[in-house]
Amino acid sequence: MKLLIEKPGMFTAVQDLGRRGFQMLGVPVAGAMDALALRLGNVLVGNEKDVHGLEPAGLEITVMGPSIRVTEGEGCFAVTGAEAGVTKNGVSLPCWTAHGIAAGDVVAFFPPKTGSRAYFCVSGGIDVPVVMGSRSTYSRGGFGGYRGRALKSGDVLLTGTPEPFQSACEGLTCPPHLRPPRDAASPLRVIAGPQDDYFTPEGLETFYASEYVITNSADRMGYRMEGPTIAHRRGADIISDAISMGSIQIPGHGQPIAMLADRQTTGGYTKIATICGADVARLAQRLPGQKVRFEKITVEEAVTLLRRDEELVSELRRLRASWRLKTNFAGPLRGTLKVCVDGEPHDVEWERLDRI
Amino acid sequence: MGETTEDELFYPRFLHAGESCIVVEFGDDVDPEVNARVQALRAKIEKNPFPGFIDTVPTYRSLAVCFDPLRTGSPAEIKKVLAGMTEKLQAEEKGEEELLIVPTCYEGEFAPDLARVADHTGLSPEEVTRRHAGRDCYCYMLGFVPGYPYLGGMDPSLETPRLKEPRERIPGGSVGIGGKQTGIYTVESPGGWNLIGRTPLRMFDPDRNPAIFLNAGMWVRFVPVGKAEFDRLARESVQPGWKPEVRKRKAERPE
Repeated sequence: MKLLIEKPGMFTAVQDLGRRGFQMLGVPVAGAMDALALRLGNVLVGNEKDVHGLEPAGLEITVMGPSIRVTEGEGCFAVTGAEAGVTKNGVSLPCWTAHGIAAGDVVAFFPPKTGSRAYFCVSGGIDVPVVMGSRSTYSRGGFGGYRGRALKSGDVLLTGTPEPFQSACEGLTCPPHLRPPRDAASPLRVIAGPQDDYFTPEGLETFYASEYVITNSADRMGYRMEGPTIAHRRGADIISDAISMGSIQIPGHGQPIAMLADRQTTGGYTKIATICGADVARLAQRLPGQKVRFEKITVEEAVTLLRRDEELVSELRRLRASWRLKTNFAGPLRGTLKVCVDGEPHDVEWERLDRI
Repeated sequence: MGETTEDELFYPRFLHAGESCIVVEFGDDVDPEVNARVQALRAKIEKNPFPGFIDTVPTYRSLAVCFDPLRTGSPAEIKKVLAGMTEKLQAEEKGEEELLIVPTCYEGEFAPDLARVADHTGLSPEEVTRRHAGRDCYCYMLGFVPGYPYLGGMDPSLETPRLKEPRERIPGGSVGIGGKQTGIYTVESPGGWNLIGRTPLRMFDPDRNPAIFLNAGMWVRFVPVGKAEFDRLARESVQPGWKPEVRKRKAERPE
């Protein structure tokens, strides 16, 4: 398919799961802020890993969505992540469902009712060049994605080659129990460290007991928060050290900064804790002005949460497989199979009867 | 049990940076010996990656090891694997190391702060250039922006404070001095270092393989070139397949 961006929205950019393996060179990972939402969206539209072994890329839509016109070809799309209002040719459509699109169709968005980042996933994935092992946009560095930047009006995107029988996914919905909870109320679960020993016991107590408000300085690089000051014991600066996804830095002013997808690879501020992998997306879906609390969990608990996320993807994949079998898909109605029984080759003719 | 020094009691430390990353900390100092252990562990892991290994982030005194915890064993098991790898680290032979030749033009528009550095240090501009190019620097780590090297080992007589007013835009390839440090601005960025030269090498190019010529643990030698040579290299070095000069250097303690 060929997709024309008629309006770009606030900040719409191509993202996959990020640029892994180059952090040692100082190259930020980037990638979808809510990676699970992108992956579930890809399952809905029938995408599997591509020839490079990469998760197909989608569009990450921040708050105000784009208007996209299909100018060539046909396929299907799904919108996941934030509960964005989405329309096709002016008609409202549900999120978390695969919808067919063809040349002439226009997909447009309303700002989401909840959450801040929606994912537009399309059969075949958004096909932009793979740069250092990823299609993700790193806009500060000006590379990856579509010309290293967020989309502008007039940009034309191509999609990759979809899987055979992909249209079979039209109408497939991700059931509510498989949608990851992204509520704005529950605390973010964190693992202590790596520099929790730089804080006073009171400082640590303050961090875990207080409420912090997300400031307007919240983007793909990190979210600044404001609240009670967290006291250091051994100073706020360290010799520059690696920064993980979800690391919470506490500079000298004692206010937390959560480091996210476009974070720099190294930095010299103490990190009191790291938001667990399963909960980073829950912060990424929150907006400036919203409140945040932190809850300490163990590494083992964090791995269990990650495994649960993984099961959502597997479960939706199983659902897609069984759903296809039941559906009136555009596959062949009859054919011949070659089978071998006790060393004897046989041609078996088959015909499809159960057209539901 | 044998005698242990205080350092051995505390280091290495294995710190969790989330469930997908363990930071192995070898010390609390910018120390070449400590960094050598960081590089040795990194080399060891890259040679024998465990299932689920993703990548490492070497820094001055620590190595962050990133992995997919759903493909590795339990966090405790990973810690054990890393501890095992770290145990015999000191015994490892350090062979030859690599030295990247960085041609640098210390003239005219490329060296707007050369006079300032000369003034501050009491040396002639020619002597500043000679001393800057006269000593190999050790790359402790890359970070901050893609490919940006944290270099150690500059001639101490060249130490010059940063500019009071940082420049908004410094062209990629600029070579500067900031306090005790020297470095190369790999991509265009703001900055407050004294610019004394520029390399024609495009230090970072995401469309090239390798995207970055430099790695932590390598050495850098600035080699003075004239404007004509700069222009020639600037044209040549963007040709596909072009490679910078990398020499072997006997492993030794950086100064």
